[in-house]
Amino acid sequence: MQIPAPFDYARATTVNDALALLERHPDSRVVAGGHSLLPMMKLRLARPEWLIDINDLYELDFILREGDYLRVGAMTRHTTLLESPEIARLFPIITDAERVIADPIVRNRGTIGGSLCQADPAEDLSTCCVVLRAEAVIRGPGGERTVSMSEFHRGPYETAVAQNEILVEVRFPILPRSGSAYEKVERRVGDWAVVAAGAAVSLAEDGTIDDVAIGLTAAGIDRTITEAEAVLHGKKPTEGLFIEAGRIAAAASDPIADQRGPVDYKRHLADELTRRVLRHACARALEVRHTTTQEG
Amino acid sequence: MQISMTVNGEDITREIEPRVLLVHFIRDVLRLTGTHWGCDTSNCGTCVVLMDGLPVKSCTVLAAMADGHAITTVEGLATGAKLDPVQQGFMEEHGLQCGFCTPGMMLTARALLDRNPHPDDGEIREAISGQMCRCTGYATIVRSVKWAAEHPAAQETTGEEVTA
Ligand SMILES: Cc1cc2nc3c(=O)[nH]c(=O)nc-3n(C[C@H](O)[C@H](O)[C@H](O)COP(=O)(O)OP(=O)(O)OC[C@H]3O[C@@H](n4cnc5c(N)ncnc54)[C@H](O)[C@@H]3O)c2cc1C
Ligand code: FES
Ligand code: FES
Repeated sequence: MQIPAPFDYARATTVNDALALLERHPDSRVVAGGHSLLPMMKLRLARPEWLIDINDLYELDFILREGDYLRVGAMTRHTTLLESPEIARLFPIITDAERVIADPIVRNRGTIGGSLCQADPAEDLSTCCVVLRAEAVIRGPGGERTVSMSEFHRGPYETAVAQNEILVEVRFPILPRSGSAYEKVERRVGDWAVVAAGAAVSLAEDGTIDDVAIGLTAAGIDRTITEAEAVLHGKKPTEGLFIEAGRIAAAASDPIADQRGPVDYKRHLADELTRRVLRHACARALEVRHTTTQEG
Repeated sequence: MQISMTVNGEDITREIEPRVLLVHFIRDVLRLTGTHWGCDTSNCGTCVVLMDGLPVKSCTVLAAMADGHAITTVEGLATGAKLDPVQQGFMEEHGLQCGFCTPGMMLTARALLDRNPHPDDGEIREAISGQMCRCTGYATIVRSVKWAAEHPAAQETTGEEVTA
């Protein structure tokens, strides 16, 4: 029977209350969906003295459009993201990813905030946030600060969020004529990725690629793959370019052999999945471009 | 610490240690052993209960986190002698063999039908995709949920059949 070691429990009623509790108890940790933290506590990989439950912070459960940004609260559950029509329209990469993150029951509990703060190298939403050039809003005793995803990620299981801080929201910039896509290969439904790829593109008025970001999950690389992006910049999307980008992404990846597969297989997936998500993201960007032209 | 919640419509209050998981609270403290406990790692889904109407894996929720919420276990599906259509469906379509996965499967089915009264096979399979059945091969479970969708009015049965 797996049971966590003893701890004290407090339920926060507001973000400020949670911050005060974190400050008062130096060996404390917040629990959101608990679907990463509780398994780690059962295995004694985490042993906080205090758990601060932030599930009552409904103020952090929102998806709001504000100008050129979509703001997503840290307590937004996977299921809410999956079912949001606004997310599907603006950032289909997130909808693609949510379909294959864990299973529907885990998705009822797990949150975007917990996923990003867990910073598991095989975690899917981190890749989505990186390629969408999202920003993380962190609140602490001194107020709020906003960091880019590259500042947010400090390495496996490590983020810019300090012990006395809370991730409160993730902000996604909304770009015109843009499309995005995610694809993951998993051994069975609900499993973590063997490898997954995500891409986001935005097109210039003339249909050439204005901005592009490519990311890989579980492939030993947590930044966007600028080398592969460079071959696409300023060009009209073509199959030949996707193949070239896939080859470069695979070469840039640095996967490890484990029970999910050997290195060459994972490199092959990085190549093939990069092509697929680029193809898909560009097709979606073109669709958006056509519908906006028709509307306007 | 003291926690209070509604379990199958009944208000309960108990004194617990914060580290007690909801599945053990339900089975060992409340003695409602219909909720099963299997993998302990949120993979098998036999521990599924409804929390405010949504299926959750109770091996990965603290009892303390359920404080103030409404929990439904398999014991709460029937109303007196009246089986829930989902229970009746599992009987009609042989949705179980050993029965280990059944409580979780039925609760997920109930939550699905509450939101989507006429799911197709794909939607049913997706809904139960976080739960394992080592006996049936899932086909009869899908048929059982379909049966329940087609017979939304609960069936009258004798008390004997409910406890059997
Ligand atoms: C069976 C299973 C399969 C899974 N499969 C996948 C998968 O395929 N892909 C995938 O990406 N994920 C998967 N997950 C992980 C799942 O997405 C989790 O929900 C997620 O990693 C953690 O979210 P949570 O809300 O449960 O976080 P918690 O477990 O509550 O917290 C995780 C960590 O983040 C910290 N934290 C949480 N919220 C905040 C906040 N707002 N501010 C600061 N710190 C915070 C906690 O202190 C803790 O350290 C799976 C999980 C399970 C159990
Ligand atoms: S015991 Fe909870 S999912 Fe297996
Ligand atoms: S009936 Fe035996 S595990 Fe499903």
